[in-house]
Amino acid sequence: MALTPILTAHWDEADSFTVAGYTRHHGYSAMRQALTTDPDAIIQLVKDSGLRGRGGAGFPTGMKWGFVPQDGRPHYLVVNADESEPGACKDIALILANPHALIEGVVIASHAIRAKRAFIYIRGEVPHAIRRMRAAVAEAYAAGHLGTNIHGTGIDCDIEVQPGGGAYICGEETALLNSLEGLRGQPRLKPPFPAVAGLYASPTVINNVETIANVPYLVRNGVEWFRQFGTEKSPGFKLMAISGHVNRPGVYEAPLGITMRELIEHAGGMRDGSRVKFWLPGGSSVPMLTEDHLDVPFTYEDMAANGTMLGTATPMVFDQHTSVVKAVARWLHFYKHESCGKCTPCREGTFWVTEIMHRLEAGHGQAGDIELLLDLCKQIAGKTFCPLGDAAATPIPAALKYFRDEFEAGMHTPADELFPPAAAFVGASA
Amino acid sequence: MTIMSNPPAPETLPVEMITVTIDGIDLEVPKGTLIIRAAEMLGIQIPRFCDHPDLEPAAVCRACLVEIEGMPKPQPSCAIPCGNGMKVRTQQSSQNAMDAQRGVMEFILANHPLDCPVCDKGGECPLQNQAMQVGRDDSRFDIEKNGFEKPINVSAQILLDRERCVNCARCTRFADQIAGDPFIDLFDRGSGQHVGTSSDQPFDSYFSGNVVQICPVGALTSAKYRFRARPFDLVSVPTTCEHCAAGCSLRTDIRRGEVQRRLAWNDPLVNREWNCDKGRFGFAYTEANRITSPLVRDADGVLRPASWPEAVAAAAAGLRGGRMAVLTGGRHTVEDAWAYAKFARIALGTDDVDFRARPQSAEEAAFLAAHVAGSGVRVSYSDLDRASFVLLVGFEPEDESPILHLRLRNAVQKRRLAVAAVAPYASLGLTKLDAHLIATAAGDEARVLRALGDDLIAKLSDNAVILVGERLATVPGAYSAALSLALRTGARLAWVPRRAGDRGALEAGLLPGLLPGGRPLTDPAARAEVAAAWGTTAEHLPTEVGRDLEAIIANAGDYAAVLVGALDPADTADPSRTLAALERIPFVVSLEQRASAVTELADVVLPVAPVAEKAGTFLDWEGRARSFPQALKQSHALTDARVLAMVADAMDVLVGMQQVADLRGEIDTLGAWAGARVAAPSVEPQATHGVTLATWNQLIDSGVLQEGDPYYAATARPVVAYLSAATAAGIGVADGDTVIVATAAGSIEAPAMVTVMADNTVWLPTNNEGSHVRSALHAAHGAQVTITKGGAA
Repeated sequence: MALTPILTAHWDEADSFTVAGYTRHHGYSAMRQALTTDPDAIIQLVKDSGLRGRGGAGFPTGMKWGFVPQDGRPHYLVVNADESEPGACKDIALILANPHALIEGVVIASHAIRAKRAFIYIRGEVPHAIRRMRAAVAEAYAAGHLGTNIHGTGIDCDIEVQPGGGAYICGEETALLNSLEGLRGQPRLKPPFPAVAGLYASPTVINNVETIANVPYLVRNGVEWFRQFGTEKSPGFKLMAISGHVNRPGVYEAPLGITMRELIEHAGGMRDGSRVKFWLPGGSSVPMLTEDHLDVPFTYEDMAANGTMLGTATPMVFDQHTSVVKAVARWLHFYKHESCGKCTPCREGTFWVTEIMHRLEAGHGQAGDIELLLDLCKQIAGKTFCPLGDAAATPIPAALKYFRDEFEAGMHTPADELFPPAAAFVGASA
Repeated sequence: MTIMSNPPAPETLPVEMITVTIDGIDLEVPKGTLIIRAAEMLGIQIPRFCDHPDLEPAAVCRACLVEIEGMPKPQPSCAIPCGNGMKVRTQQSSQNAMDAQRGVMEFILANHPLDCPVCDKGGECPLQNQAMQVGRDDSRFDIEKNGFEKPINVSAQILLDRERCVNCARCTRFADQIAGDPFIDLFDRGSGQHVGTSSDQPFDSYFSGNVVQICPVGALTSAKYRFRARPFDLVSVPTTCEHCAAGCSLRTDIRRGEVQRRLAWNDPLVNREWNCDKGRFGFAYTEANRITSPLVRDADGVLRPASWPEAVAAAAAGLRGGRMAVLTGGRHTVEDAWAYAKFARIALGTDDVDFRARPQSAEEAAFLAAHVAGSGVRVSYSDLDRASFVLLVGFEPEDESPILHLRLRNAVQKRRLAVAAVAPYASLGLTKLDAHLIATAAGDEARVLRALGDDLIAKLSDNAVILVGERLATVPGAYSAALSLALRTGARLAWVPRRAGDRGALEAGLLPGLLPGGRPLTDPAARAEVAAAWGTTAEHLPTEVGRDLEAIIANAGDYAAVLVGALDPADTADPSRTLAALERIPFVVSLEQRASAVTELADVVLPVAPVAEKAGTFLDWEGRARSFPQALKQSHALTDARVLAMVADAMDVLVGMQQVADLRGEIDTLGAWAGARVAAPSVEPQATHGVTLATWNQLIDSGVLQEGDPYYAATARPVVAYLSAATAAGIGVADGDTVIVATAAGSIEAPAMVTVMADNTVWLPTNNEGSHVRSALHAAHGAQVTITKGGAA
């Protein structure tokens, strides 16, 4: 399947991130069209397109917009740019190269949900992206694309770019809202859902960067155009950030339905001497697959049928020099570090599981550790306050499904002995 | 209506009922009932830590997971209301729910230290109990546990052991949602998350002890009780708090004849499950300076121990011939107050009685007799829950009736109850009530009430409540203005006294001219009713309306003897003048628990029982009867009534009054007065001159019933003098400078705090270390003072 550069079409142009560069390729024309369209018609368009949230959960975007009650309270649009998922690196790239698609999408989406104010919440560890986004917003204001009475339509839209404080949990939408309000970044009890009482207890829509950036292209080109990409249940195109042991890791844009084998081809193939050992379709929070799954299409439905999830569709691929135990231990350490501490299973479970993973990695595993790990993951999954716990409980059972022997080796042999790190470097004699 | 009546049960509104099925059992519950509560109704105990009925659901501990048909994951039963037709399966019938609960319990125990043998909570610990219910027999956690420094002081009184903490957030949610003192919070994240205080704001709360009680583990302990007892060695007795007039139901825990601690007892109509730190920690006063035997002053002037018969005979002999006065203070049970009232009228033949141990006025006495005495429950806590508007006049709920403050705050939080306050400044308490401040210089309250704006008058409908406090006694015209405001608008008016015994003393008739149940002394029918109840005839009751405390002090030379019960001269308007008056009276009988300034000069001292050692009844500010049994059963201390009965016997006067139950019977039989009442006062306001003193007693202060617990005393608010910016500028004072507040009697120095406040008034706490307004200034609220800038700060 061929690549389909749409959001990424002009990333190689020197001024792709400016109003001029964006406008040269029909930028902001969808906004002019949308601002004279009935908001409900835009919501219907997005519903008809079948666009699903690009942040990982894949919730139908039009349906989300349709939940917002029209009761006189102010509405808010919040763009989730807290991209922190291990392996995911698409939103930051989009902000760097094509921020005006996001801004145009924000204006259209705000109009659709009757919001006059939008917030772009960017993770705090990427100051270059924050600077780029702020500059783009300032430029859009100067060009009259933002502010009051945009291009004489009588429609207002203000954007505020807010950096986060550096917490993975703030990518969870209600924790993000708390953080935006200046509270501790911990998820909120639902209901009420953000659509009813979100930011400042007002109806709020929270969308991923890529989702919103899709909107101008969808509005400009229509539902039929959009649905020519992807499948019935997974329509459209997707930013795929492939990382790992391929020759050209990076962001590729392809229709949903592309396979990992094709994507690896586009990324220049596996590195010399490398072959696929295991890979994850969309971030560390989805179960891993193996070489046997390279022909599974990147769609919500096909990934689910193979026991995993599409997630952010930012695949990580690992070759035969990689210790599964070590990789999983790193991820667990990450979840332990990022657990917000609010609920017991996540707070205590990630702490405990990580300790066991570290001793397995060191070759100091104890009899019963594998069973204990499986038990503990079962005690975390589905029991936590928010999906962070589910994510943390994902890697171990999946890894044990395919690579149990490596865990058993952890009872006596350090991972670095089984898989010498030096061998993984490019140019190492395999 | 009886004197010791209870308010009618709050009306129940019709509720929509729905049917839920729990473990196969169909149950009808009001819509909105949480699953965990519905399960309780069936006797199914679902484990829980973060859940608390008075706190908003948090669903953070995850101990209460259950299965709900149609939902793929187990759900927290503490946060999900029952739905009609919902099918729930708890650990009783669902292996999934049981597995989920077991898993969570294992996680909760993972980092919990096994120090139960030295933990205060051991034996009454929800974690211990629930670990027995759904925990494993042994631990699979074989790695080093998370460590924290322990314990750390959250306040002088409250200690925090973060290793024991299970992060349920009950304490932080209590501080935020109930007390409104969010000075503790959760810090950091993940397994490092812990409760802590902010470095620049200490845990300043009058309600801090509640967090110890609701902590489901031993993470929060009190310095007072720490390591003092094991729960299974304690005997628990219900008590009514003897401090303020809020009427809190408490539990007294006793070990080997000593009170170890007090807890809030659940009374949904009054204090719910909370109390204040004064009620919780203020019980050590009985430990020091107790009078253990009767004392009689010898011919050579030395007070020496005596036998009961000797002391009683001496008292009886001294209480004869000449004019007598009875000063009781506001700390007695209704039964004891009744005994004083009866003893004064029958045995001593005097109407010179007064329970008010504080600055007072004739207007106040008339207001109490006309509007409060014998009126039953005019306003109840439940009425506040329904009120459309509450106007506070000369009353600081957080300091003077903290549970009333919490109930008001609850209504403010839950249903945006509008509160306004005629007060000098927006205190911390008023701020937490979101109260609209009608900034009023001390002494100006009456004029402000008469000139209330139309917007406020419009809010004073018949569903509005006006609460007036005791400091209005020294503001001429204030009670008159409040009464007429209530009459004019239909708003209900309630008097909130500061002491547990005030309302009971009023009902017992411990005011000159006022017999029990609001009966005027001068009304023949009232006299006849009272005489019959007291087993005598009307001609044996005094006929002349007697003198109040101030008049008794002013005319001390007229008296042959005075009977003093639990009156602290330091609380009166001019303590030295009060003491001098008592010294001048030839014969003083003192009924006291502890050595005091009065026992020092008394001729006969008769020891009486503190609250923990007797049964009785307090009437709270509502007028609700709050009876309690004797907590320390082995005590042989006598009630005031019993001692008075002995003295009466020795005087050959028959008064009865031997048993608390007899007295209750007498009180209930007489009931309240149905006839014409004492005329309402109608006093004109007076203009204030210069700078006036605003003052009231803070909750935690130097009161004698708060002695004996240094940790508690250390949680008192520091003394500051509040001034408006203009008033401060007038004397060249800025925040933190020393301001000197002076009268002819003396002065007090305190650091100035500039705040939004009426001009030409300065506020000081009445009775704190460094600010003893009565003894230093001989001044009451509204008095004229001078203010100057102090020397180098």
